Amino acid sequence: MNSLVLQNATRALVPLLLVYSIFVLFRGHNHPGGGFLGGLLSASAFVLYGLAYGVRAARRLLRVQPLTLIGAGLLLALTSGCAGLFLGRPFLTGLWTGVTLPEGSALGSVLFFDLGVYLMVLGAALLTLLTLAED
Amino acid sequence: MKLLLVAPILIPLLTAGVTVAFWRAARFRAWCGVVGAAALLAAGGLLLAATAGGQVRTVQIGNWPAPFGITLAVDLFSALMVLITGIIGLMVAVYSLADVDIPRQRYGYFPLFHILLAGVCGAFITGDIFNLYVWFEVMLMASFLLLALGSERAQLEGAFKYVTINLISSMVFLTGVGILYGTAHTLNLADLALRVPEMMDRHGHLVRACAMLFGVCFGLKAAVFPLFFWLPASYATPPAAVSAVFAGLLTKVGVYALIRVFTLVFGSIPGIYALILVVAGLTMLVGVLGAVAQFEMRRILSFHIISQIGYMIMGLGLLVSSDPGVRTLGLTAGIFYIIHHIIVKTNLFLVSGTVRQLGGTYDLRSLGGLVRAPLLSALFLIPALSLAGIPPLSGFWAKLGLIEAGFLGGQNTIVIVALLTSLLTLVSMMKIWNEVFWKPAPQDAPEPAEPMAPGQWAARFIPIALLAGLTVLIGLFPAPLLTLAGRAADRLLNPAAYISAVNLHEAAVAGLSTTQISEDKP
Repeated sequence: MNSLVLQNATRALVPLLLVYSIFVLFRGHNHPGGGFLGGLLSASAFVLYGLAYGVRAARRLLRVQPLTLIGAGLLLALTSGCAGLFLGRPFLTGLWTGVTLPEGSALGSVLFFDLGVYLMVLGAALLTLLTLAED
Repeated sequence: MKLLLVAPILIPLLTAGVTVAFWRAARFRAWCGVVGAAALLAAGGLLLAATAGGQVRTVQIGNWPAPFGITLAVDLFSALMVLITGIIGLMVAVYSLADVDIPRQRYGYFPLFHILLAGVCGAFITGDIFNLYVWFEVMLMASFLLLALGSERAQLEGAFKYVTINLISSMVFLTGVGILYGTAHTLNLADLALRVPEMMDRHGHLVRACAMLFGVCFGLKAAVFPLFFWLPASYATPPAAVSAVFAGLLTKVGVYALIRVFTLVFGSIPGIYALILVVAGLTMLVGVLGAVAQFEMRRILSFHIISQIGYMIMGLGLLVSSDPGVRTLGLTAGIFYIIHHIIVKTNLFLVSGTVRQLGGTYDLRSLGGLVRAPLLSALFLIPALSLAGIPPLSGFWAKLGLIEAGFLGGQNTIVIVALLTSLLTLVSMMKIWNEVFWKPAPQDAPEPAEPMAPGQWAARFIPIALLAGLTVLIGLFPAPLLTLAGRAADRLLNPAAYISAVNLHEAAVAGLSTTQISEDKP
């Protein structure tokens, strides 16, 4: 597709969508939101870019393979779950540093778990959508 | 201990993560898959050591007290199942090095394989019925993809049936979970074990409805009569390594769930075990008769999975007896049967893959003369005879236990059905033997494949030989496994230790009667 309107709108929307996806990720601590929604939102940003500039451009923008994102997300989520194990607590126990972050969020192992979910959802959504869009 | 209990889930998931993250490095990926499976086997062994005395080990995930959070509870039965999953996982992972082609490996065979193992292990160790649903789904998602991986026409057809039927069964499961939560206000298995018998007076109809919903959905996964039709259609299509791990593990997760839920939660429903016993008999007979008409090696073996499931369910159905000795013996033999069957059936599918490699096809009519490969012939005979229950192999002891328990419990009909099925199984195995190995190769046989490279040969024969060796070993020295299975059965029938190990929060136990009373006001 080669639409001037879409391309210009995309240029403005993609950063907004990406920032908003991060906002939703943090907001998920105590409100609706979280890694899953955030991941979908950021995937939508890349898909929009792909619609405007083509799938190859979207892949260049992403820089890494979607599969790598899935693997990294899974490993990040698992290791954050294991953090409690080193302190003798059960698997997936939330550990908190006491530092508060914007949007009522707090810095702790749970945030990294959510970040892992974010990366996995982003990777999985892009893997499917970009592959479908190529044909 | 806290690490060990989550290890059966953590190890396969970590392996899957690493193999996905480094998906370009083909060799590394494959070896990582094998090492991960070996680590799972080690974890299974440690878990068995930690529960061998009959202890129940629990951990509250995320440190949320039971029944509010998710509890993992590992008793001897769970530990045995995790250990056998590790054994099968390692053997099939090694076999995959030779059997699964490079394109399939590139499209994520090893990560999917390990996610499947994580789902299977998760289902075995969870102490929460909704979590059981989640692990079922994890397992199913991976199995859908493994089944369709390669996108051959027959595969997609089989996968379509498999996906449809399993989605329906998941919905039935979820409905059951919903009703159960609505009436009992808990999903923790130990908590349910306390509450459901109390609910039988006032909410008997709902409890029975739930039990039927669970029975149908676990029955579908376990492929019992009359819900077995999807199994031969789908198991005969993917690569041999995939169908071997499916044949060994997936239906057995259904059997495990049946045994767990119908001993721990729904055991107090009158007439439930009699129904299970009837289903068991029909499953045996229909499965073995279905195999007679087949001429495709893996379809024959698939029908035999169904008939063998009948024996395992028979162990559960024998709880119909009121004699505690018969109950324990029946369930012991059922558990022993599961372990024996997983080893033997996986091995037969692995052999069928090698037969295809040597003979070029799975079709009995175009095969023949494979007795020229004496090692493979011998390695086929061991699991095949064990499946039919010939002494001194492992299947003999499994069947002997069931038949003894059946006679002692006065269930003569089911014993006769079991013996007849056993005879027909032998006929069926001999059919494969005659057609594939003994008769001369027919004129239209495909050209014999080129000799395998030594690495390929080793990756195919070492797992088969080890599993056959295990069959013989269990056959010659059945006592250790029988003792363990007996202890596991004893713990299943006396769940007090399981319930107290879960360590339900006082508030939950105290509220047991009050919530019920306030709920039942008109």
